[in-house]
Amino acid sequence: MGSTSAENPENPENPEHTGTTVNKESAGVGRRDLIKRSVALGLISVPTMSFLSACATGGGGGDDDASKAPGGPKSATNPLGVEKGAALEAFIFKGGLGDQYAKDAEADYKAKYGAQVKHTGTQQVGPKLTPRFAGGNPPDVIDNSGADHLDMNKLSTQGQLQDLQALLDAPSMDDADKKISDVIHPSTIEKGKHGDTFDVLYYAFTIYGTWYSQKALDDNGWQYPKTLDEMVTLCGEIKKKGIAPWTYAGKYPYYVHFNLFAQIAKIGGMDGWIAIDNLEPKAWTSNDAVKQVVEHYEELAAKKYFLEGSQGLTHIQSQTAWNKGKAIFIPNGSWVENEAAPTTPKDFAMSVGALFDGSGGDGMPHGTLRAEPSEPYIVASKGKNPAGGMEMLRIMLSKKHAQNFAKLVKSLTCVVDATEGMTLSPGLASASTAFKEAGDNIISLQLQEWYPSLTDEKIGGLTGQLLTGEMKAADWIKKTQEYADAVAKDDSVKKFKREK
Amino acid sequence: MQHGKYRFIVGFLALPVIVYAIFVISPFVQAFQISLTDWSGLVGTAKFVGFENFERLWNNEDFWNALRHNVYLLIAVPIVTLALGLFFAFMLNVGGKRRKNEVITGVAGSKFYRFVFFFPQVISITIIAVIWFNIYNPDPNDGMLNSLLGAVGLDSLQNAWLGEKSLALLCIMAVMIWSHVGFYVVLFSAAMASIPRDIYEAALLDGAGRFHTFFRITLPLLWDTVQTGWVYMGIIALDGFALVQIMSVNMGGPDGATDVMPLRLYLTAFRDSQFGYASAMGIAMLIVTMTFAVLTMRFARRERIEF
Repeated sequence: MGSTSAENPENPENPEHTGTTVNKESAGVGRRDLIKRSVALGLISVPTMSFLSACATGGGGGDDDASKAPGGPKSATNPLGVEKGAALEAFIFKGGLGDQYAKDAEADYKAKYGAQVKHTGTQQVGPKLTPRFAGGNPPDVIDNSGADHLDMNKLSTQGQLQDLQALLDAPSMDDADKKISDVIHPSTIEKGKHGDTFDVLYYAFTIYGTWYSQKALDDNGWQYPKTLDEMVTLCGEIKKKGIAPWTYAGKYPYYVHFNLFAQIAKIGGMDGWIAIDNLEPKAWTSNDAVKQVVEHYEELAAKKYFLEGSQGLTHIQSQTAWNKGKAIFIPNGSWVENEAAPTTPKDFAMSVGALFDGSGGDGMPHGTLRAEPSEPYIVASKGKNPAGGMEMLRIMLSKKHAQNFAKLVKSLTCVVDATEGMTLSPGLASASTAFKEAGDNIISLQLQEWYPSLTDEKIGGLTGQLLTGEMKAADWIKKTQEYADAVAKDDSVKKFKREK
Repeated sequence: MQHGKYRFIVGFLALPVIVYAIFVISPFVQAFQISLTDWSGLVGTAKFVGFENFERLWNNEDFWNALRHNVYLLIAVPIVTLALGLFFAFMLNVGGKRRKNEVITGVAGSKFYRFVFFFPQVISITIIAVIWFNIYNPDPNDGMLNSLLGAVGLDSLQNAWLGEKSLALLCIMAVMIWSHVGFYVVLFSAAMASIPRDIYEAALLDGAGRFHTFFRITLPLLWDTVQTGWVYMGIIALDGFALVQIMSVNMGGPDGATDVMPLRLYLTAFRDSQFGYASAMGIAMLIVTMTFAVLTMRFARRERIEF
């Protein structure tokens, strides 16, 4: 496996080459020539093929027994048994949160173990790392986030992810009496499991909801609405002022799902949503909350409460329009404060509101919030230094780095109460308050995580039309159910189940 | 003299042929091989599944939808691009007013135009896509196209462009054409320069105008070049990945209105981690592209005029 791994990175690029590059190049040669030549080369390509096919099936392989407990001698200050001087490679998603916070943690690792740390900041985690996993030489610690992230379910089922139980059992950097599992939020542990194995550490906490400028509301004497009906009424008043009530990132319609899906779970209750996550038959069509929420959006669209042209805006463009006061509300996640910082006016008073109540008899109480563990960190079980990868995460889970994260990127981490006593930025403070007020009424959704092609491409396409008024709520529900059923029937898509 | 000829040829060809075989032919062959497996792309093991991937592909509505858009591009983009390229090249080289001592001339400032037309060709396709994406920004103040329309009082034409289901593919087509016309202006200009001037002179003496000069002389004598351009443009139209991936709403949207085969392939491979299935798509694309190239070469063949 080791000896053939060097050639492996070529293989996964095959489809892309066939699709684009090669076609262009061979245009100069002429297709007929190419056919003739490829026939003539048959003799040569046969031996080459067997040589290359050895690579395609060469890397990876069975489960590594060592993945349960890697590393060398352990001690109180080095509970994971990191070897001194063992180099570490970190691959960090460099998106809305940047990668400075990870670099700071790497610096501490470097100082403690006198080892080289190779850092890569990228938005292309998936395309860059797919060949390396296939080749058996992945980096040690990876922030697998962003639109082009790796499929962690596949990685997990194929034994590529380090079991992080050792990390959970290790003492916290701040208090040797506390284990890591005691200082991080329970939902982080819940979400990071594949089956019974905890192999993904969601470092951050993302608060989803309706984001707005408290100042804009105060200036006009408006109140953040409590129910869907109040929202419609308020939208009417906002529109009278010549301002658009809502905008959204039409280029990425799944931004709308942040609110839409969560709102369904809030009104219909978690049991109804779990049926949706589990792709159960009629999960969408039989749930009254779906009808209520989707019809709400249909009404917003029919009354033209969305900023004109929103369907063609990127997330950045929609946030900029919102910062400029062209629209009041935007569905978003708590990274928005950091991402929109360059265009946010100083007195904007960015805030996030909880989910709205429906027409009574809601499944979950007022103040319910969707908060998801986010920024999934994984450690490669077949990397060179899995113990070092886990140690890097332990460093990041210290109070020092959790606060550094909050300061640098204005976002919460999974470390409970790490920001206590800090002065928080307006958006983070608002998110923090909403999170506290929600208490146990926290919604966590899996559908997008598990079936991104269903939510982003299929349902996203429908939502795009729903918000431009081209599609009626009834059609949206009907087609969404059809798409979900199609995924449920598709054997090539791995299925997941959740109980709670 | 024949002695050692083959050894000589083999000596020269061996290395390039081996390089070509490893880096061009073997990926093709391996794509075939992988397309018969369920390889995820993430680990080194894969299961042989026979033609199952191709069966799925045949029943995949999304892929047919993407293929249909590629066919639209294939019909519209080469025709418009080549027609514009020919027109501009003709105007720059032949279409000008008659001047003293010169049989044929281009329009005034033709050297400058030729330079400007070539601009898009030197910009990377990614940058072109990003620039045009911002031009199409639907915001009436920030979007270049919309604010321009607003400034001249054509507010009614303001649009969401890429967010509009009926317009999105046309918007992308326009960019594709815009970015390639310049190359064909230069290519056709070079070809026109090799047409002997006396032919034009004779035509002019017989009283031929611009119209007749173009259709009776320039176009027939350029046919070989046009044909090459056609194949080349066709292959570009069957791709379209970069523009669609960067510009389109929701990756090939709205609601699949701009989806193309390579994007489908990319998403299948890198988002869904189904490299085997994606390879099958690659094979399907190869077949479509080859069919197109062979048909074009067959039916566009004409008698060559020696001069």
